[in-house]
Amino acid sequence: MLIPCPHCGPRDVSEFSYQGDATRTRPDPASTDVKAWHDYVYNRSNPAGRHSEYWQHAGGCRTHLLVTRDTLTHEIQAVAFARAALNEGAGKP
Amino acid sequence: MVERISPLGEAFRPGTYGNLAEGPGVTLTEATPVTIAEAAAWPGSAVALSGAIETVTGLSLPAAPGAGVVGGGAVAFSIGPGRYLVAGAEGLSTKLQAAISLDMGTVTDLSHGRAALRIAGPRAEWVLSKLFALDFSPAAFPVGEGRATAHHDIFAQIQRTGGEQFDIYVFRSFARAFWQELCAAAEETGYEVR
Repeated sequence: MLIPCPHCGPRDVSEFSYQGDATRTRPDPASTDVKAWHDYVYNRSNPAGRHSEYWQHAGGCRTHLLVTRDTLTHEIQAVAFARAALNEGAGKP
Repeated sequence: MVERISPLGEAFRPGTYGNLAEGPGVTLTEATPVTIAEAAAWPGSAVALSGAIETVTGLSLPAAPGAGVVGGGAVAFSIGPGRYLVAGAEGLSTKLQAAISLDMGTVTDLSHGRAALRIAGPRAEWVLSKLFALDFSPAAFPVGEGRATAHHDIFAQIQRTGGEQFDIYVFRSFARAFWQELCAAAEETGYEVR
Protein backbone atom coordinates (compact mmCIF):
# COMPACT_ATOMS: atom_id res chain seq x y z
CA MET A 1 0.00 0.00 0.00
CA LEU A 2 1.39 3.38 -1.06
CA ILE A 3 0.30 6.70 0.38
CA PRO A 4 1.05 9.68 -1.90
CA CYS A 5 2.38 12.20 0.61
CA PRO A 6 1.76 15.75 -0.64
CA HIS A 7 5.34 16.70 0.27
CA CYS A 8 7.34 13.52 -0.42
CA GLY A 9 5.40 11.80 -3.18
CA PRO A 10 4.28 8.14 -3.06
CA ARG A 11 5.82 6.26 -0.13
CA ASP A 12 5.38 2.81 1.37
CA VAL A 13 2.84 2.52 4.16
CA SER A 14 5.60 1.36 6.54
CA GLU A 15 6.80 5.00 6.71
CA PHE A 16 3.43 6.14 8.03
CA SER A 17 1.75 5.74 11.39
CA TYR A 18 -2.00 5.67 11.80
CA GLN A 19 -3.35 8.51 13.91
CA GLY A 20 -7.00 7.62 14.12
CA ASP A 21 -10.45 8.36 12.81
CA ALA A 22 -10.72 11.87 11.35
CA THR A 23 -14.51 12.00 11.48
CA ARG A 24 -14.79 12.53 15.24
CA THR A 25 -15.54 15.94 16.72
CA ARG A 26 -14.27 16.66 20.21
CA PRO A 27 -17.03 17.89 22.55
CA ASP A 28 -16.65 21.29 24.19
CA PRO A 29 -13.99 20.70 26.93
CA ALA A 30 -16.35 22.34 29.44
CA SER A 31 -19.10 19.88 28.58
CA THR A 32 -20.16 17.31 31.18
CA ASP A 33 -22.36 15.38 28.74
CA VAL A 34 -21.25 11.84 29.55
CA LYS A 35 -22.80 10.32 26.44
CA ALA A 36 -21.07 12.81 24.13
CA TRP A 37 -17.69 12.11 25.73
CA HIS A 38 -18.28 8.36 25.72
CA ASP A 39 -19.09 8.48 22.00
CA TYR A 40 -16.03 10.63 21.30
CA VAL A 41 -13.61 8.40 23.20
CA TYR A 42 -14.97 4.91 22.49
CA ASN A 43 -17.50 4.71 19.68
CA ARG A 44 -16.37 4.31 16.08
CA SER A 45 -18.56 3.75 13.05
CA ASN A 46 -16.23 1.14 11.39
CA PRO A 47 -17.45 1.71 7.81
CA ALA A 48 -16.89 -0.85 5.05
CA GLY A 49 -15.76 1.51 2.30
CA ARG A 50 -14.80 5.15 2.18
CA HIS A 51 -13.22 6.35 5.41
CA SER A 52 -11.54 9.56 6.52
CA GLU A 53 -8.52 9.12 8.77
CA TYR A 54 -5.37 10.81 10.05
CA TRP A 55 -1.93 9.42 9.23
CA GLN A 56 1.47 10.81 10.12
CA HIS A 57 4.39 10.50 7.72
CA ALA A 58 6.53 9.59 10.73
CA GLY A 59 9.35 8.06 8.66
CA GLY A 60 9.55 11.01 6.28
CA CYS A 61 8.54 14.67 6.42
CA ARG A 62 6.72 14.08 9.74
CA THR A 63 3.57 16.00 8.74
CA HIS A 64 0.11 14.83 9.68
CA LEU A 65 -2.11 13.94 6.74
CA LEU A 66 -5.82 13.67 6.18
CA VAL A 67 -6.29 10.52 4.10
CA THR A 68 -9.47 9.24 2.48
CA ARG A 69 -9.11 5.47 2.19
CA ASP A 70 -11.42 2.67 1.11
CA THR A 71 -11.33 0.16 3.96
CA LEU A 72 -12.35 -2.70 1.64
CA THR A 73 -9.79 -2.19 -1.14
CA HIS A 74 -7.19 0.01 0.64
CA GLU A 75 -7.43 2.40 -2.30
CA ILE A 76 -6.23 5.86 -1.27
CA GLN A 77 -8.80 8.26 -2.70
CA ALA A 78 -7.45 11.58 -1.43
CA VAL A 79 -4.54 12.90 0.63
CA ALA A 80 -4.07 16.39 2.03
CA PHE A 81 -2.06 17.97 4.82
CA ALA A 82 -4.07 17.92 8.06
CA ARG A 83 -3.03 21.55 8.59
CA ALA A 84 -5.23 23.15 5.95
CA ALA A 85 -2.96 26.15 5.27
CA LEU A 86 -0.19 23.85 4.00
CA ASN A 87 -2.36 22.62 1.14
CA GLU A 88 -2.07 25.93 -0.70
CA GLY A 89 0.87 25.67 -3.05
CA ALA A 90 1.58 22.02 -2.20
CA GLY A 91 3.22 19.95 -4.89
CA LYS A 92 5.19 16.79 -5.25
CA PRO A 93 8.97 16.80 -5.50
CA MET B 1 35.62 23.78 19.82
CA VAL B 2 35.64 20.30 21.31
CA GLU B 3 36.78 17.77 18.74
CA ARG B 4 34.14 15.23 17.90
CA ILE B 5 34.92 11.52 17.85
CA SER B 6 33.53 9.58 14.88
CA PRO B 7 30.52 7.48 15.89
CA LEU B 8 31.71 4.73 13.54
CA GLY B 9 34.53 3.68 15.86
CA GLU B 10 36.15 0.36 15.00
CA ALA B 11 33.56 -0.26 12.28
CA PHE B 12 35.41 2.29 10.13
CA ARG B 13 38.15 0.23 8.45
CA PRO B 14 39.81 1.91 5.46
CA GLY B 15 40.50 -0.46 2.59
CA THR B 16 38.76 -2.30 -0.21
CA TYR B 17 36.23 -5.06 0.45
CA GLY B 18 33.67 -7.31 -1.18
CA ASN B 19 33.42 -8.30 -4.81
CA LEU B 20 36.27 -6.45 -6.47
CA ALA B 21 36.04 -8.27 -9.84
CA GLU B 22 35.20 -4.96 -11.54
CA GLY B 23 36.89 -2.75 -8.96
CA PRO B 24 35.01 -1.12 -6.11
CA GLY B 25 31.57 0.00 -7.30
CA VAL B 26 31.19 2.54 -4.51
CA THR B 27 33.29 4.51 -2.08
CA LEU B 28 32.04 4.91 1.48
CA THR B 29 33.24 7.78 3.65
CA GLU B 30 32.10 9.65 6.70
CA ALA B 31 31.28 13.20 5.60
CA THR B 32 29.82 14.73 8.75
CA PRO B 33 29.98 18.52 8.36
CA VAL B 34 31.17 20.69 11.25
CA THR B 35 27.68 22.14 11.67
CA ILE B 36 24.33 20.48 11.06
CA ALA B 37 21.19 22.45 11.91
CA GLU B 38 17.49 22.13 11.33
CA ALA B 39 15.56 25.31 10.58
CA ALA B 40 11.77 25.14 10.87
CA ALA B 41 9.24 27.86 10.10
CA TRP B 42 6.11 28.67 12.03
CA PRO B 43 2.93 28.48 9.91
CA GLY B 44 3.00 31.19 7.26
CA SER B 45 6.72 31.95 7.60
CA ALA B 46 8.18 29.36 5.23
CA VAL B 47 9.13 31.90 2.55
CA ALA B 48 10.76 34.24 5.07
CA LEU B 49 12.67 31.32 6.59
CA SER B 50 14.07 30.07 3.30
CA GLY B 51 15.05 33.67 2.52
CA ALA B 52 16.96 33.88 5.80
CA ILE B 53 18.76 30.61 5.02
CA GLU B 54 19.70 32.01 1.61
CA THR B 55 21.05 35.19 3.19
CA VAL B 56 23.17 33.30 5.71
CA THR B 57 24.52 30.59 3.40
CA GLY B 58 24.65 32.53 0.11
CA LEU B 59 22.79 29.65 -1.54
CA SER B 60 19.76 29.95 -3.79
CA LEU B 61 17.11 27.64 -2.33
CA PRO B 62 14.22 26.60 -4.61
CA ALA B 63 10.79 26.48 -2.94
CA ALA B 64 9.57 23.11 -4.24
CA PRO B 65 9.09 20.19 -1.82
CA GLY B 66 12.28 18.11 -1.55
CA ALA B 67 14.31 20.88 -3.18
CA GLY B 68 17.84 21.61 -2.09
CA VAL B 69 21.16 23.04 -3.11
CA VAL B 70 24.81 22.13 -2.77
CA GLY B 71 27.24 25.02 -2.46
CA GLY B 72 30.91 25.39 -1.78
CA GLY B 73 30.58 26.26 1.89
CA ALA B 74 27.16 24.91 2.81
CA VAL B 75 24.34 22.61 1.77
CA ALA B 76 20.61 22.88 2.44
CA PHE B 77 17.61 20.78 1.55
CA SER B 78 13.94 20.54 2.37
CA ILE B 79 12.96 17.80 4.83
CA GLY B 80 9.31 18.76 5.24
CA PRO B 81 6.96 21.68 4.62
CA GLY B 82 8.77 24.76 5.94
CA ARG B 83 11.63 22.67 7.35
CA TYR B 84 15.22 22.52 6.10
CA LEU B 85 18.39 20.71 7.02
CA VAL B 86 21.32 23.11 6.68
CA ALA B 87 24.93 21.99 7.03
CA GLY B 88 28.23 23.77 6.71
CA ALA B 89 31.11 25.35 8.54
CA GLU B 90 31.66 26.28 12.14
CA GLY B 91 29.38 29.05 13.40
CA LEU B 92 26.56 28.35 10.91
CA SER B 93 24.00 27.62 13.65
CA THR B 94 24.76 30.88 15.43
CA LYS B 95 24.40 32.83 12.19
CA LEU B 96 21.10 31.08 11.41
CA GLN B 97 19.81 31.75 14.92
CA ALA B 98 20.66 35.41 14.51
CA ALA B 99 18.93 35.63 11.11
CA ILE B 100 15.82 33.65 12.04
CA SER B 101 13.85 35.53 14.66
CA LEU B 102 11.72 33.67 17.19
CA ASP B 103 8.52 34.81 15.51
CA MET B 104 9.71 33.42 12.16
CA GLY B 105 10.82 29.96 13.20
CA THR B 106 13.32 27.90 15.14
CA VAL B 107 16.88 26.73 14.58
CA THR B 108 18.05 23.55 16.27
CA ASP B 109 21.74 22.71 16.25
CA LEU B 110 22.13 18.99 15.48
CA SER B 111 25.90 18.93 14.95
CA HIS B 112 26.40 16.45 17.77
CA GLY B 113 23.23 14.49 17.05
CA ARG B 114 23.65 13.50 13.41
CA ALA B 115 26.30 11.83 11.31
CA ALA B 116 26.57 12.08 7.54
CA LEU B 117 27.66 9.00 5.62
CA ARG B 118 28.68 9.48 2.01
CA ILE B 119 28.28 6.92 -0.73
CA ALA B 120 29.80 7.74 -4.10
CA GLY B 121 30.52 5.86 -7.27
CA PRO B 122 28.90 4.31 -10.33
CA ARG B 123 26.89 1.78 -8.27
CA ALA B 124 25.73 4.20 -5.53
CA GLU B 125 22.15 4.36 -6.86
CA TRP B 126 22.02 0.55 -7.04
CA VAL B 127 23.26 0.06 -3.48
CA LEU B 128 20.88 2.68 -2.03
CA SER B 129 17.96 1.14 -3.93
CA LYS B 130 18.53 -2.02 -1.88
CA LEU B 131 18.01 -0.06 1.34
CA PHE B 132 15.34 2.53 0.57
CA ALA B 133 12.07 2.37 -1.40
CA LEU B 134 12.91 5.53 -3.34
CA ASP B 135 13.66 6.31 -6.96
CA PHE B 136 17.35 7.28 -7.01
CA SER B 137 17.58 7.91 -10.77
CA PRO B 138 18.92 11.37 -11.69
CA ALA B 139 15.59 12.30 -13.32
CA ALA B 140 13.59 11.61 -10.15
CA PHE B 141 16.27 12.67 -7.67
CA PRO B 142 18.41 15.47 -9.15
CA VAL B 143 21.58 16.87 -7.62
CA GLY B 144 20.88 19.04 -4.58
CA GLU B 145 17.48 17.57 -3.75
CA GLY B 146 16.78 15.88 -0.44
CA ARG B 147 14.49 13.09 0.76
CA ALA B 148 13.40 12.23 4.29
CA THR B 149 12.84 8.51 4.64
CA ALA B 150 13.65 5.57 6.89
CA HIS B 151 15.48 2.26 6.63
CA HIS B 152 13.48 0.01 8.93
CA ASP B 153 13.45 2.22 12.03
CA ILE B 154 16.58 4.19 11.20
CA PHE B 155 15.44 7.63 10.12
CA ALA B 156 17.51 8.95 7.23
CA GLN B 157 17.68 12.25 5.40
CA ILE B 158 19.37 11.85 2.04
CA GLN B 159 20.76 14.54 -0.22
CA ARG B 160 22.19 13.96 -3.67
CA THR B 161 25.40 15.98 -3.47
CA GLY B 162 26.84 14.96 -6.83
CA GLY B 163 26.08 13.06 -10.01
CA GLU B 164 27.02 9.75 -8.38
CA GLN B 165 27.16 10.85 -4.76
CA PHE B 166 24.69 10.88 -1.86
CA ASP B 167 25.06 12.08 1.74
CA ILE B 168 22.90 10.20 4.23
CA TYR B 169 22.20 11.94 7.54
CA VAL B 170 21.32 9.50 10.32
CA PHE B 171 21.03 9.79 14.07
CA ARG B 172 24.53 9.61 15.49
CA SER B 173 23.62 6.74 17.81
CA PHE B 174 22.47 4.68 14.81
CA ALA B 175 25.39 5.67 12.59
CA ARG B 176 27.55 2.63 13.31
CA ALA B 177 24.70 0.17 12.77
CA PHE B 178 23.70 1.91 9.56
CA TRP B 179 27.32 2.06 8.37
CA GLN B 180 27.62 -1.70 8.79
CA GLU B 181 24.35 -2.14 6.90
CA LEU B 182 25.69 0.07 4.12
CA CYS B 183 28.91 -1.97 3.96
CA ALA B 184 26.92 -5.22 3.81
CA ALA B 185 24.74 -3.83 1.00
CA ALA B 186 27.87 -2.81 -0.94
CA GLU B 187 29.57 -6.25 -0.69
CA GLU B 188 27.97 -7.21 -4.00
CA THR B 189 29.45 -4.28 -5.93
CA GLY B 190 32.71 -4.11 -3.99
CA TYR B 191 33.48 -1.02 -1.93
CA GLU B 192 36.30 1.14 -0.76
CA VAL B 193 36.28 2.74 2.66
CA ARG B 194 38.32 5.89 3.01
